[in-house]
Amino acid sequence: MYKLFLRSLISVLFLLGFSLNANAEFKVGFVYVGPTGDHGWTYQHHEGRNAVEALGIKTTYVESVPEGADAERVIRQLAQSGHDLIFTTSFGYMDPTNKVAKDFPNVKFEHATGYKREHSNVSTYSARFYEGRTLLGHMAGKMTKTNTIGYIASFPIPEVIRGINAMTLAAQKVNPDIKTKIVWVFTWYDPGKESEAAQALIDQGADIIMQHTDSTAPVQVAEKAGVWSFGQASDMQRFAPKSILTSIIDDWAPYYVERSIAARDGTWKQQDTWHGLKEGMVAMAPYNSAMGSDLIKEVEQLQKDLASGKAHSFTGPIYDQKGNILVAEGSVADDGMLAGMNVYVKGVEGDIPQ
Amino acid sequence: MEVQLIKIEKRNDVSRSIYFLTPVLAIFLTLFGGGIIFYILGFNPIEALKFFFITPISDLYGLSELLVKATPLCLIAIGLSFCFKSNNWNIGAEGQLIFGGIVGGGVALLFYDHNGFYVLPIIILSGAIGGMLFAMIPAILKTYFNTNEILVSLMLVYVAKLLLDYLVVGPWSNPEGFNFPETRQFSESARMPILFDGLRIHAGIFITLITVFLSWLILYKTYLGFQIKVSGLSLKTAKYAGFKGKTMIIIVFMISGACAGLAGVGEITGPIGQLHRNISPDYGFTAIIVAFLGRLNPVGIIFASLIVALTYLGAETAQIFLQVPKYTGQVFQGMILFFLLGSDYLLFFKIKFLSLKKNEL
Repeated sequence: MYKLFLRSLISVLFLLGFSLNANAEFKVGFVYVGPTGDHGWTYQHHEGRNAVEALGIKTTYVESVPEGADAERVIRQLAQSGHDLIFTTSFGYMDPTNKVAKDFPNVKFEHATGYKREHSNVSTYSARFYEGRTLLGHMAGKMTKTNTIGYIASFPIPEVIRGINAMTLAAQKVNPDIKTKIVWVFTWYDPGKESEAAQALIDQGADIIMQHTDSTAPVQVAEKAGVWSFGQASDMQRFAPKSILTSIIDDWAPYYVERSIAARDGTWKQQDTWHGLKEGMVAMAPYNSAMGSDLIKEVEQLQKDLASGKAHSFTGPIYDQKGNILVAEGSVADDGMLAGMNVYVKGVEGDIPQ
Repeated sequence: MEVQLIKIEKRNDVSRSIYFLTPVLAIFLTLFGGGIIFYILGFNPIEALKFFFITPISDLYGLSELLVKATPLCLIAIGLSFCFKSNNWNIGAEGQLIFGGIVGGGVALLFYDHNGFYVLPIIILSGAIGGMLFAMIPAILKTYFNTNEILVSLMLVYVAKLLLDYLVVGPWSNPEGFNFPETRQFSESARMPILFDGLRIHAGIFITLITVFLSWLILYKTYLGFQIKVSGLSLKTAKYAGFKGKTMIIIVFMISGACAGLAGVGEITGPIGQLHRNISPDYGFTAIIVAFLGRLNPVGIIFASLIVALTYLGAETAQIFLQVPKYTGQVFQGMILFFLLGSDYLLFFKIKFLSLKKNEL
C-alpha cells in the first residue's frame, strides 16, 4: 500500500514537472522590488513590461520580491519555468542574478542599476537620471523665492549624489545664491518617512521639494504646503496638480522592447547600457504652465541641448564643498567619474553620510 | 415575553487528540477558503491551489527551498514556545534575529582574512549570544522594573533594524561597493556548508533539528520545563511552589533570543552571504504564527514551519504561473491563524442559546 502510494506520488510529480518544462514558447520574466501600484519605480518597470506584452510576447512578473534570500529563488524559478529573458529591476538583485545566470547559460539576464556582469549572459542597464535633474535644477533656481531647495535622498550611492550635484550646479547657474538642503531617509519607498522629510525641509525654509524616493507622499505634502515640487520616476502630476512643475519619467519601455526582440531573434549580446534624454530612457512630463512660457521655452531648449550633447550636466569649472576643483574649466566629467561620484559640489549643505 | 440570549461557557472536557487535530482542520478550512477567494478572483480554484501547494515542492530544488525557508521559522518558533508557554510575550524575535545577525556578521567581517574550520562555529556562537543578550533587555526590564515585555521587545525591533541600517550604510559597507548599503560577501570559511551541490539547503538545518530535540528535552524532561509549564498555567501556583519567577523569565527570554539569533546568523552565513538591510522578510513575526499553529509543541512547530514556508513559496509560484497577486500568500497565513484561533475558541468554549422569560432576567 505504502509502495503503491509512493509510486503514484512519484509519477504524478514527474508528470507535473514534465508538463511545466515542455513549454517552448519565448517568454520574458520580470522581478520587481515593490508593488506594481507604487506609482514610482516599479510602476514604470511594469509599464515597460506592458509594452513588451503588447508586442504579443508572453511575459510574467513577480512583485514585491525582498532583496534577501528570496530573490535567488524567484529568479531561478523564472529561469527554470522556461523564461528566456529575465529583467531583475532592483540593485539588491545583483548577486542573485549573477548566481542564477551561471547555472542557466541559455537564459539571458538583465540587471537594472548594477555593475556586476560575471557571466556572458548578464547585461546591466541604467538611465542617466542626472540629465533630468539638471532640468529640475534650472527650474528650481528660477522658481525659488527663499533660495533654498529641499532634497529627499534615499541612499548615499553615486546615482543619488550625482542627482543632487547635477541639480545644484544647474540651479547655481541661474541663481548663484542657491542652497540645497538634504534629508536622507535611507529607504526607496516609505510614504511616512518621505512625508516627514518633506515637512522638515519645508519647515527649514525650502520652497522647492524634490525627491529621489519613489512614493507620491512628498509631492502631496508640497501641494498642501503650497510649495513647488517635482515628481519622480513616473508622472505624478495627478497627485499634486498645482505643486508639480514636472516629473522625471523613467521610460524603460523602448529598452525592454528592443532587448526582448533581440533575445527572441537570437541577436542579444551582453552590454552595459546607460541611456539618457537622447535615447528617451529619461523623459520629462509636461511642464506646469505656472512657470510661465519664457521659462518653459528655456527648459525645453536645455532639454534639447542635453539630448544632442551640446550641453552636459557636469561642465567645468566644478568645485567640491571645500573649494577644490573637480572638473576643470572647459571640460566635462567623464562617465568613470560620474559612475563613482562620492563628493558634493559647492553649495550643497551638510556631509555625505559615511 | 421571551428574550434570546447567547451564553458562552467554558468546556471542561477538551480531548487531547482534538486539541492537536484543530490545526489540521484550520489548514483544510484555509484551503477551502482560499479556493473560494481564487474563484472570486477569476482563477480555477483547483488549478490555483495546485500551483500554490504542490508545484513549489514538486522537485528536489523546491523541497530544498522549502527547508531553507522553514529553517529560520522553525528555529525562532521553538524559542518563542518557551516564552509563550510561560506567559511571557516576546514579540520582538525579529529584532533578536537582526541583532544576532549583526553580531554574527560583525564577527564574520572581523575574520574576513581567516581561513579555518574554527571561523564558522565562532560566528554561529556569537550570533546566538547576540540574540540572547538582545532578548535579555525586555526580560530584565520586566523582572526588575515591571515594564511590559510586549512593548519593549516590539520597539527593540526598530532599534535593531536602524542599527543594521547604520552599520551597512556606514562603517561596515563594502569598500568596493560604491556606497551601496551592504557589506562585503563573507569568505568561504564563514559560510554554512551546502549539503547538496546545486541546492541551497545548508548545515543550518542540523542546528534547527538539534535545537528542536534539546527543547523537547528541556520542556518535558527537566525541572526548568516543569517550572515553565506551571508558570504558564498559573503564576500563583508557581509562587506557592516556590519557583523563582524572575530567573525563569530571564532564562526563557535568553533561550528565545538565542534561537532567533541563530536563525539570523543562519540566514546571513547561509543563503545570503553578507549583511544588508533585508536579511529577514519578517521571519520573527511570522514565527509567532508558526509557534501557535504548532501548538507550542516542538514536533508541531516542525510541521507548522513547513506549512507556513509553503505559503511563501506558493505565493511566488502562483504569481509566476497564473499571475495571482503575490499578497495571497499573506492572506493564506492570516486565514490559517484566523481559523485556528476560531476553532480554538469553539474548542474551549461552548455557545448556548438560551431563551428566558422577561421576569427571569
